[in-house]
Amino acid sequence: MKNMLEQIKHTAVDALEHCSNLKFLEDLRVQYLGKKGELTQILKQMGKLSAEERPVIGQLANEVRAKIEEEISVRMKQLKEEKLQNQLQAEKIDVTMPGKKFDIGKKHPLTLVMDEIKEIFLGMGFDVVDGPEVELDYYNFEALNIPKDHPARDTQDTFYINDNVVLRTQTSPVQIRTMEQKKPPIRMISPGRVYRSDALDATHSPVFHQIEGLVVDKNVTMSDLKGTLEMFVKSLYGEDSVVRFRPHHFPFTEPSAEMDVMCFNCHGKGCRICKGEGWIEILGAGMVHPKVLQNCNIDPEEYSGFAFGMGLERVVMRRFAIDDIRMFFDNDMRFLNQF
Amino acid sequence: MNLSMKWLSDYVDIGSISPKQFADDLTMSGSKVEGYEVEGAAISNVVVGKVLSIEKHPDADKLVVCQIDVGEQQPIQIVTGATNVVVGALVPCCLDNATLPDGKKIKKGKLRGVVSQGMMCSLGELGLTVNDFPYAIEDGIFLIQEDCNPGQDIQSAIGLNDTSVEFEITSNRPDCLSVIGLARETAATYQLPLTVSYPTVKGCGDDIKNYLKVEIQNPELCPRYTAKVVKNVKIQPSPRWMRERLRASGVRPINNLVDITNYVMLEYGQPMHAFDLKYVKGNHIIVRNAKAGETMMTLDGIDRIFGPEMLVIADEESPVAVAGVMGGEFSGIMEDTNVVVFESANFQGSSVRMTAKKLGMRTDASSRYEKGISPESTMECVLRACELVELLGAGEVVDGVIDVDYSDKTPKTVAFTPDWINQFLGTDISEEDMKKTLLSLGFQLENQIITVPYFRVDIEHKADIAEEVARIYGYNRIPTTALTGISRGVVTPQQKFERAINDTMLSLGCFEIMTYSFISPKYYDNIMLPADSQLRNSVVISNPLGEDTSMMRTTTIPSMMEIISKNYNNRNPHLWAFEIGNEYYPIETQVLPKESKKLTIGLYGNDADFYTLKGMTDTLLDRLCVYEIDVQPCTTHATFHPGRCAVLVKDGREIGILGEIHPKVCENYSVGTKVYLAKLDVEALMELSNAKKTYHALPKYPASVRDLSLVCDKDLPIVQIEKTIQQAAGKILEKVELFDVYYSEQLGQDKKSVAYSIVMRSSEATLTDEEADNAVKRILKQLEKIQVFLRQS
Repeated sequence: MKNMLEQIKHTAVDALEHCSNLKFLEDLRVQYLGKKGELTQILKQMGKLSAEERPVIGQLANEVRAKIEEEISVRMKQLKEEKLQNQLQAEKIDVTMPGKKFDIGKKHPLTLVMDEIKEIFLGMGFDVVDGPEVELDYYNFEALNIPKDHPARDTQDTFYINDNVVLRTQTSPVQIRTMEQKKPPIRMISPGRVYRSDALDATHSPVFHQIEGLVVDKNVTMSDLKGTLEMFVKSLYGEDSVVRFRPHHFPFTEPSAEMDVMCFNCHGKGCRICKGEGWIEILGAGMVHPKVLQNCNIDPEEYSGFAFGMGLERVVMRRFAIDDIRMFFDNDMRFLNQF
Repeated sequence: MNLSMKWLSDYVDIGSISPKQFADDLTMSGSKVEGYEVEGAAISNVVVGKVLSIEKHPDADKLVVCQIDVGEQQPIQIVTGATNVVVGALVPCCLDNATLPDGKKIKKGKLRGVVSQGMMCSLGELGLTVNDFPYAIEDGIFLIQEDCNPGQDIQSAIGLNDTSVEFEITSNRPDCLSVIGLARETAATYQLPLTVSYPTVKGCGDDIKNYLKVEIQNPELCPRYTAKVVKNVKIQPSPRWMRERLRASGVRPINNLVDITNYVMLEYGQPMHAFDLKYVKGNHIIVRNAKAGETMMTLDGIDRIFGPEMLVIADEESPVAVAGVMGGEFSGIMEDTNVVVFESANFQGSSVRMTAKKLGMRTDASSRYEKGISPESTMECVLRACELVELLGAGEVVDGVIDVDYSDKTPKTVAFTPDWINQFLGTDISEEDMKKTLLSLGFQLENQIITVPYFRVDIEHKADIAEEVARIYGYNRIPTTALTGISRGVVTPQQKFERAINDTMLSLGCFEIMTYSFISPKYYDNIMLPADSQLRNSVVISNPLGEDTSMMRTTTIPSMMEIISKNYNNRNPHLWAFEIGNEYYPIETQVLPKESKKLTIGLYGNDADFYTLKGMTDTLLDRLCVYEIDVQPCTTHATFHPGRCAVLVKDGREIGILGEIHPKVCENYSVGTKVYLAKLDVEALMELSNAKKTYHALPKYPASVRDLSLVCDKDLPIVQIEKTIQQAAGKILEKVELFDVYYSEQLGQDKKSVAYSIVMRSSEATLTDEEADNAVKRILKQLEKIQVFLRQS
């Protein structure tokens, strides 16, 4: 019996060593350790043994069982690992093949930059205010100190609906409406569409966008205007931007200024982008004209303020090196997809 | 305004400041320089040559060989075909490697075998015309009659060495459209002295009263008219210095009398006019409104018809000039003119502007009057013209002056408030410096009261004074400070809502577009809008650029279709796009139209179909918290396919439309594929949006799911089946989901099969099979009533 046990151990270990898949392994387990397995059969004959032999053989039988169980478990681990490795090998793919694209839309480039500008001003405490595009002549011109026969009207080629109604040429009328409705302090920007009767070409469009701003409070100074707009430009173009303020004229501000930023390309030396000037005009600004405040029933002796305005299209064209303003309104997918 | 730097130096000496520096400094003090041009800068290696000899070319009949002294030890040899060259003449002579203004380079070479070391030039080749040198001829070598020497640079020899600075003068500063105005700005910028002396006229005796009478009939439109008479005039070219200055200022020299009027206008900014007295009938000038239909031919040879609102200068019979705009063809200066009237008048800006606009003729004079000129300058200018007549020997100035003056002489005053100015600017400029600035700009100061010089029509308020102080002090020296006080930036609920729409549409795969808000009336036909549609009543632009910009759209659909058409015809395989844009509806009782924001979605390609579009709007509505919207078939909207169009309705109110675009509309836009378009009213969506959210506890008990395969009539709207299931199942129904629809011969031609997955759940306990089955039975019973049956498989 002892020999038989030894024999079983040997053949079992040998068979396990050669076992090459998990199914055979299970078969072997049943063959040796199952209820009708070889080892079980032998153990059933234990009763025939003498009292002296029984513990010795019993112990041996347990050892053999333990050995086989251990071998099975080791082999199982190995085979499982092998199987996994084979699977991983078989599942190899070409990771350089293109991925499955998800179609999500993109913002129009004008919105992209408009949103950025709005965010900057919101961060500085400016409200965002909308207003009508078809506007009273009064709000678009007269309240802004541009009476009917003012020469400045010539430079703003206006679409008229009738003598009293125009397509707004600027978003300043929103500022007038705001000042009429709200007492200072006022801090607001008015972004939106404006209209000028310029024939469409690479640099002109009868519809374009402006962002104008207004601050009215006690003791607002021209140095506040400079500080605010400089901060804006640094937020938009980077901390290292250099700006300058140049005297100019607008009927609704006094003093008036234009703000230039040093050319990003040539850093002031003069190049093709800045047309040799070294500076690029960014926006117009000024201290709100006392007549404009008066027109809105705000006492210019008590309050002062500044206003500014800029065209969006030119900023966006410069940012993305777009050389034709018509691209914005053609909305070709190949264009929209680039931003 | 082009400024001659030589002319400027008559009034202010800027020393060795370079043109570039000058341009920068004046720009920063308020007179924007657009650029500058150094005359003759494009010319190099061209000198004065003296012709020593002319011989025939040995091998060419039409060429001659000249020896030219160009100031070197040896003369150079030039072969030329020109015929006007004579021995002893001074000529512009290109040396080897010379450059001319048109970019041409001259090199030495051989002409028919004879060496030619350069070239002699004509006026044209130097970039000049006979107006610059009236004694020269146009075709031929320029024979110089100036005081110069062989070898001298041509630029200095013929005075082609001025610098012309181009200013962009803003409309509030007509005084700077003059040499003296810019000289004053220059003096103030550099704090240099300005020397302008009042003109002096010797006169020849006689009395202007013997020659002329002036009468102003409309003093409102002509506050002042000043005139002088010059007799025995000699019409001839002006001297070189005057011609050079006019040229550098961009004005063509004509003859001494005309040049004088232009010279004074450039110098002072006051337009001048010269009449030939013999054409002023009755020697009587009457400034009056034109009679309706009165005509006159202006200097440019065009017959003008006047309206009664226009101001003319007339003699006793008819107009001789359009006041402030242009003179008449027949009263101008001619070769035989003997007695001249110089007019230096003031006309009301808006009247000149209106007249010039109506006649369609903008002149240098009219654009100056439009901006506003003070009546004060007329006298000084007419005297200056006469001073120049005497200087040029162009005639004899008759004594006396006619000055009909209705103008208001009260000078404007503004309080001098240095503290306020510093507070307003955020600066700390001393009162002394402010005073210095104001004085240099021509202001007078006494007892803290500023008297505004007459030429500064723009100054009215202390804020204007602050600008004067600030710009001369330098805007860039004003400190930069941050705004004080706290303020929160407010975005309105509407703006937030629009942003949510925008974000959702982007995530649904649509690209944002921007279209023009105006359209052509034809666009309404393109989308087959019925002829009697209310929407054809649009806000019309009275001065459109063209038909395409002639009215404001009452519907955004054509705008979207335009973009779809462009993309389709550019062969872009697909376009999924959206726009949030305005429609504009005229309101009879209101001055301004109603502007209404719409979301417009347009799709073609990328497997888009009606249900793609509907899925998009469903998802959007869900995202915007707009619930329980009825979708009703719509067969009546002409733009859409009658069988594939639906309106979105809430409580009887239509909030949007979606569908497939009618094939005929697609054809109108040359689009050869199916197009899907939706339009939703943003304002309505926002009103219906219920964004208030409350958390519902996650379910504790499992759901029971039953799948039902049903058969019904093909035309039965699915929505009816769903509603029936919802009502029949009661509150244990969690979700009913359509997962299959099919048609087959087995079912029969007019039948369809629909399959639903029905999810039921109770929040109190696990549903028993019996409960679930009972619910299904209830559902089936109700469905049978609308002829929907369980499919027998």
